[in-house]
Amino acid sequence: MMSRFGYTIKQAFRQVFRNRAMTLASVFAITAMLLILGIFFLLIINVNTAAESVKKDYNTIEVFMLEETDETRTQQIINDVTTWPNVAAAVYRSKDQAMQILKDRWGDSAYLLDTLESNPLPNSIVITVADLESADKVAVKAKNIQGIEDVKYYKDTVDKLLKVTNGMKIAAMIIMAFLVVVSIVVVSNTIKLTVFARSEEITIMKYVGATNWFIRGPFLAEGIIIGIVSALVSVGMIALVYTRVIDTVGPGLVRILSVPLVPADFMIINLIYIFLSLGISIGAWGSIISMRRFLDT
Amino acid sequence: MITFKNVTKRYKTNIGLDDVSIKIEKGDFVFLVGPSGAGKSTFIKLILKEIDADKGSIRVKNHEVTRLSNRQIPIHRRNIGIVFQDFRLLPNKTVYENVAFAMEITHQSKRAIRRQVPQVLSLMGIGSNACKYPDELSAGEQQRVAIARAIVNKPTVLIADEPTGNLDPDTAWEIMRLLEMINQRGTTILMVTHAKDIVDRMNKRVVAIDKGKITRDETGAYNFHEEPGTKTARDSMIFSRVGGLLKKNDE
Repeated sequence: MMSRFGYTIKQAFRQVFRNRAMTLASVFAITAMLLILGIFFLLIINVNTAAESVKKDYNTIEVFMLEETDETRTQQIINDVTTWPNVAAAVYRSKDQAMQILKDRWGDSAYLLDTLESNPLPNSIVITVADLESADKVAVKAKNIQGIEDVKYYKDTVDKLLKVTNGMKIAAMIIMAFLVVVSIVVVSNTIKLTVFARSEEITIMKYVGATNWFIRGPFLAEGIIIGIVSALVSVGMIALVYTRVIDTVGPGLVRILSVPLVPADFMIINLIYIFLSLGISIGAWGSIISMRRFLDT
Repeated sequence: MITFKNVTKRYKTNIGLDDVSIKIEKGDFVFLVGPSGAGKSTFIKLILKEIDADKGSIRVKNHEVTRLSNRQIPIHRRNIGIVFQDFRLLPNKTVYENVAFAMEITHQSKRAIRRQVPQVLSLMGIGSNACKYPDELSAGEQQRVAIARAIVNKPTVLIADEPTGNLDPDTAWEIMRLLEMINQRGTTILMVTHAKDIVDRMNKRVVAIDKGKITRDETGAYNFHEEPGTKTARDSMIFSRVGGLLKKNDE
């Protein structure tokens, strides 16, 4: 068993080396595919995490109190709202707290707020919904509460964001699937050349009584080697570029959008797993497809 | 050993074998003769299960060949050695490697390979050529290597498809003596040939096929419609070669 495995691997490396030009060509082709795939992957993961974190900010509904609503009534409302379905929490926010939050957000320009004679902000209740889809119902219900002025929530914004990210995800999936198919075709063509070059040998092997898997083994291993090499090369290249991107635009992005990029090491470790499995399956399928006709009998 | 019972094989445009029944006993030496396209190749391909019969039963060593699954075919073929007119040696392997290759394929141990290959090579009288490549050998020597490869796994049947077709008469006789020796060691031999002088002088069982039917099956000389080495025989050789090339291109 061991010697058979050794034979397969030895043959595969010999073949890889013998058709080094074609091997190189398919490694380039698959690396290119995987690079494009990787860029999509990075984009999607980042957009996804951004969407998730934005969603977190927007799963709240703010209910503004009328000036004349007193504390007991407010407390009553809070108690009432907490019992609603899909409400995770309801927290009172006094006008002073609201002013402080605004000041924090304005940062350097906060001194402008100091010139105000009185606090124009209303008291409010911040309702956190359990899931975003039910925010609508909670908001409609909140509008009917006695003693409130207005209800504010960000459903439209979130909806739009989700639509865009979902669209991106689907588009990327289609493109990725297409790229995987193209890669399989490229590998299968390369291996077909090897198979042609060795068709005489394969015929003789079949006459002498070699099993199909024995014949297929080295070609399968060849495809897998091509896949692994391509996967490692493309992960290496993406790692290099992505760490640069994080170093240069990462901090700026946090400042502007308050959304951090997904850290490089997390990304790269995942990419290694994904690309290796992709590369191995592309290589394996490519060679199995190219061998199929030769092993009919 | 090999039994055909009412075997029929039709191709799209012509008949390969038509209701053929024959029995070849263990240890037999059988010549299979007949004009090109008579059904000789079909006969051999059916034994190897390269193609499937339309009707009838084919038994080799008590196994029903027609019912073998794809998985069993390789095991079945290990029982059958095969030698071709054009040798079919691997040009990038040495003589030793060409023969060892047949053993590697059947997962035999390195030790067994190291023991058996030199034995078979010296039996074939080419022990001193072990390290040479096929293109450094004469045609006769190459055919000896091919025979060594065919018998190294100790098959019960050796099929020789015009093994002397590419050889001059003297060399052809050397090959025939080797085949006879192999036969005397107990291996059943089925040899396709066009060479009348060989058939006549060997005085073995001769099975003649024409248009898919067995037209004669007896021991002794056989009156070929064509003289060996004449135009037709050469033509058929050329045709089979061109056919082989075409087939390769098709693939």
